[in-house]
Amino acid sequence: MRVTNWAANYIDERTGMSGLVKELGRKIFPDHWSYMLGEVALYSFIVILLSGTFLTFFFQASMAETVYHGSYAPLEGIKMSSALSSTLHISFDVRGGLLLRQIHHWAALLFVASIGLHMLRIFFTGAFRKPREINWIVGFTLFVLAMAEGFTGYSLPDDLLSGNGLRIIYGMVEGVPVVGTWIDFLLFGGEFPGDAIVGRLYTLHILLLPAAVVAAIGIHLVLLVVNKHTQFAGPGRTEKNVVGVPIMPVFAAKAGGFFFIVFGVIAVVAATVTINPIWDYGPYDPSPISAGTQPDWYIGFADGALRLVPPGWEFMIGPYTVSLNILIPIIVLVMFLVVVGAYPFFEAWITGDQREHHMTDRPRNAPVRTAIGAAGVTFYAALWAAASSDILATHFKMSVEWVTHIIQFALIVGPFIAYFLAKRICLGLQKKDREIALHGFESGRIVRLPGGEYIEVHRQLSEYERWRLLTYDDYQPLMLRPNERGRITNAARLRARMSRWFFEDRIAPVTKGELEASHQHGGH
Amino acid sequence: MATSVPTSSRRKTGRRSPLASVALLLIGLLATGGAYAAFTTSASASTPASEQAQVSEGKKLFEANCATCHGLGAVGTAGVAPSLVGVGPAAVDFQVGTGRMPMAASGPQAEQKPTQFTNTQIAALAAYVGSLAPGPAIPSADSLKGGNVSTGAELFRVNCAMCHNVAGAGGALTEGKYAPPLTGVTAKHVYEAMVTGPQNMPVFNNLNITPKDKAAIVAYLQYLDSHPSPGGLDLGNLGPVSEGLFVWIFALGAIVVVTIWLTAKPN
Repeated sequence: MRVTNWAANYIDERTGMSGLVKELGRKIFPDHWSYMLGEVALYSFIVILLSGTFLTFFFQASMAETVYHGSYAPLEGIKMSSALSSTLHISFDVRGGLLLRQIHHWAALLFVASIGLHMLRIFFTGAFRKPREINWIVGFTLFVLAMAEGFTGYSLPDDLLSGNGLRIIYGMVEGVPVVGTWIDFLLFGGEFPGDAIVGRLYTLHILLLPAAVVAAIGIHLVLLVVNKHTQFAGPGRTEKNVVGVPIMPVFAAKAGGFFFIVFGVIAVVAATVTINPIWDYGPYDPSPISAGTQPDWYIGFADGALRLVPPGWEFMIGPYTVSLNILIPIIVLVMFLVVVGAYPFFEAWITGDQREHHMTDRPRNAPVRTAIGAAGVTFYAALWAAASSDILATHFKMSVEWVTHIIQFALIVGPFIAYFLAKRICLGLQKKDREIALHGFESGRIVRLPGGEYIEVHRQLSEYERWRLLTYDDYQPLMLRPNERGRITNAARLRARMSRWFFEDRIAPVTKGELEASHQHGGH
Repeated sequence: MATSVPTSSRRKTGRRSPLASVALLLIGLLATGGAYAAFTTSASASTPASEQAQVSEGKKLFEANCATCHGLGAVGTAGVAPSLVGVGPAAVDFQVGTGRMPMAASGPQAEQKPTQFTNTQIAALAAYVGSLAPGPAIPSADSLKGGNVSTGAELFRVNCAMCHNVAGAGGALTEGKYAPPLTGVTAKHVYEAMVTGPQNMPVFNNLNITPKDKAAIVAYLQYLDSHPSPGGLDLGNLGPVSEGLFVWIFALGAIVVVTIWLTAKPN
């Protein structure tokens, strides 16, 4: 004890850390499971850093040709790049190498997946609203960086699968008018595949991108502390406080344990399930390709976008080919990402809401936002599913053309269906909540009154239970009013129309008056 | 009479002369030996006859089971089924031996199903179709052995993987057709598929891929069958699709369960 006291004092006198610890140690974490998804991403990133460092000890990022002589018989004596040969060496001849390679790759898939789920949680609960718009942008940047990290890593072993992935990227860049070919030459150091790309991707993968990810995580966490956590509505919870567990000591212990659980789950998966069997794929060679070639899941939506383009979208202007079949998917993908990144600003503009929001919405209490989210998820899911159209075809015994047509339909019509369904479901749930708040639950107990009338007794909610159902923001469509110069601008018109779209169909929260009236009424 | 009396009395005392058993043995040996010689000579003399019998047995089977679509004399029916003249015994052995023929229903391609005929019957059918015109023969057991695995793996990646997947997990083709998985397919059927090009598969003749290289491809597929993935469960060798589903459903699923447990309020 004396030693720790002395050590703490020693550090504090030289750094003044006690203030920081006091501040951070009292940071409050609300207890809802969905608030821990971001942590999963953080912890899988730590696992990626650790396992990746180990891999760099043995990996040779070179496309120099070599002949494989190692433990894996089916590749014995085959010519390949040093990159693949060293990856095979890691997999078969370095003690624990295959396990760490699989940990690295599984952790990468989990990293992006947990970011995705975390983003969906933030979106559907409205946790991106003021003052957290900047953190949404930082998180969104992390999502894009994670995809870039993943793709550069996937391309490093220089096996058949990754080579074909790079070929598609080369083609996509080539499809950009005028500059595409030159950008490709710049990236690849000449014609595809060249002998430079693996080394360059390696530098990006282990230097620039991780540095950017670490920096963005730093900003993300600082903003998290500055903005404080959001929380769901509940008794005693207001816009001015955060109810939950302080980080020290219980939450820190839980979070530390949670890191090991995440690591453990990744390790168990990596120890028992193969990922990216480069020994099957063999060395990259531009002529062969394997059936079932797909990118890792997080790039799937881009691959799917290419697969869904109908034939005949390519034409010539003079000697130049215009590849709309590539250009339009790129535009759609970029637009989709921009919409995701910019959504908080869009919603803030429509609602005109300048207040700070620290209470998370239940998704049903923001029906149009939830419906937009459902439409976006459907759109993404359709693109994603399209990346596995061939696997869907063989496994559901359909023709691959029909699978493509069905997904094309789902891509265009699916979001609308999802939008209306989600909005209706939200409004229905709100009506149910309102009904329960006002009249309580049907208890199933039938009572005959002295006059002979039968009634079912409703069980009223307690004040605590009711609180959750009553507190949410009620927005109304903005009135279209002339501005100070007495004019109605087109922007104002558009905004009023958008606002009407957002808030026309709404279920108003139960007011105090209604509640009292219903209770006087006798509770049924 | 004097001589006859002792004879008759001898007959009464012992029924056979000592030489009789020797004679009997001799006759028996002669008979069996002769018969054996006679039968063996007749067997060797009638080889074409038994082949003929096999062919005619095959013809009967063909007329009963195949001729509805492939026509009498295996000349085919336009728009229904191709002519089998010249496809060779290897094609029959593959199609019937893997249960693809007779087809259960017309569709994009013949589905593999439990074999409907015995090996003898398949051999008879193959002999009948082989007798119509020369064609690829059923490979001998020797020609399937001794392939180099790494040569086979390289040839497989270049020639086969675009449809069958690098690990032989199969893949989709156009209009509902597909390249089937190659796991658990016998060496003979793999070889026959290469020489006959069943369904939508191209023919890989001996100039295209030499018999030695075919044996190498067979060796690689057998290596894959006998060596499970070094990394653990292979998830069907379907590549990143099954890996992505696995991480979302099982890894992230397990972690979400843990988060719910961690944030659960004590009762």
